[in-house]
Amino acid sequence: MPVRMDKSWTPLEEASLTTVAAHLGVYQLANDEGEIVYIGVANARTLFGIKGELRKAIADPPASATQFRYEVNMAYRTRHAELLQAYMHDYGELPVANTDIDPRMLGRLRPAG
Amino acid sequence: MDLALSDEQRIIVDMVRRFVREEIVPLEDTLDPDADEVPPEKLAELVDKTKEMGLHGLDTPPEYGGPEIDLVTRCLIAIECSQHRAGLYAPCYYAFGGARQAQLFEATDAQKEKYLYPMLNGKKKVFFGLSEPSGGSDPGRAIQTRAVRDGDHWVLNGTKLWISGADRADYGLLFARTGGPGRSGVTAFIVETEWEGFNVRRVVHTLRSAKYATEIQLEDLRVPHENILGEEGGGFAIANDRLARQRVPYSAECLGIAIKAHEMAVEYSKIRETFGAPLAHRQGIQWMLVENEIDIRAAKLLIFDAAAKADRSEPFRTESAIAKLVASENSFKVVDRSMQIHGGLGVAKDLPLERWFREMRIRRVGEGPSEVQKHVIARDILNESLR
Repeated sequence: MPVRMDKSWTPLEEASLTTVAAHLGVYQLANDEGEIVYIGVANARTLFGIKGELRKAIADPPASATQFRYEVNMAYRTRHAELLQAYMHDYGELPVANTDIDPRMLGRLRPAG
Repeated sequence: MDLALSDEQRIIVDMVRRFVREEIVPLEDTLDPDADEVPPEKLAELVDKTKEMGLHGLDTPPEYGGPEIDLVTRCLIAIECSQHRAGLYAPCYYAFGGARQAQLFEATDAQKEKYLYPMLNGKKKVFFGLSEPSGGSDPGRAIQTRAVRDGDHWVLNGTKLWISGADRADYGLLFARTGGPGRSGVTAFIVETEWEGFNVRRVVHTLRSAKYATEIQLEDLRVPHENILGEEGGGFAIANDRLARQRVPYSAECLGIAIKAHEMAVEYSKIRETFGAPLAHRQGIQWMLVENEIDIRAAKLLIFDAAAKADRSEPFRTESAIAKLVASENSFKVVDRSMQIHGGLGVAKDLPLERWFREMRIRRVGEGPSEVQKHVIARDILNESLR
């Protein structure tokens, strides 16, 4: 599994959710340019897992997100932390809509590439 | 062996038990089931309470400000501290003080000033970098990371794997080969994570969805000579120092989880009815509960046997290995049976059993797998070095 999520983007709209299951895992939201604006987690306290979280994003898109990609992952906490840390390494800050994350709780990753 | 608690021990157990039930368990209702930390402000509140109890910094020697408790009492506390959802790997969310790198107590005065005291007062975080892709149970032979002297510095190259907390640490202990093969060729270094050439490359995802391990790559990492911990070639002894001692409360944490899981299974078997009668009336369930009880009592006796011997300053390496082996294996079986008694509820994240099951599985491997403990025990029985 690559450190950075490298799946293709899907339009953030209700029709795209038909194949998304209510599993736990992580997801990313992007704008039209494919710039990541939010890295999210569907943890065990979410209703309907990834599907439920994406549905919330469709109703109220953070930072005008228009696309998404996701990864079903039972190690959702460690994977979420890894994605956030990799983004911090690449861009020096968190995605614009990740105001829900306390940077003090993150470590420093220096992934290759 | 007298297993009766002293008055002081009874007070400590009651105090810690109340703390877990009143402060920690309710807190978990608001956290993700796999959470392993609380916000810094909440942790500070909890730490204030453990300081009031006089029990903060449990693994810090008294001469450095830790509480005056013996290993038996330390185990009693470990049994209580682990009895909540995150209790196995994040007992009380580290309110009693996080894991200490005990090896730093062997540092020089200058090293203590720079590295030990900031760790003890909680200002700096430290990691322990021993294991490599080539193995972790036999570091004397497995370590391939090389350190080559270059004037007043050493240049380190290699890979470390399964290293907890390296991405959030300020510095850590790294073990590298400075000499030939075998134990005498390994040296311990104190390295700072901001130094050029120190790279945490990835998170290692495991059964444990919290408290992850990392992979570190060292690429021409330059370490000052004065940052050698102990003597050149003395790294193996430093790595092993206190390991036997640490294994005893580690075993007690496993036991705490087993006790809680068993308690839940007993309660559930009384209230859950199938085919017109409570589960507790079924012989199949009764025998599972009996096996739980026996596994718990056996582990408890062995843990306190090891702890009592350590407190009497008697050799206890064999006892420590037996305690770790039996406590991790038995507690895993207890959690497994307790899940089975709970049926579908047992495997759901609504209850802590599924988390304990995953994490207890790791305990049979962590801190020396069961087979390595048997190796240690066999070596001591045979009184010779097994190759």
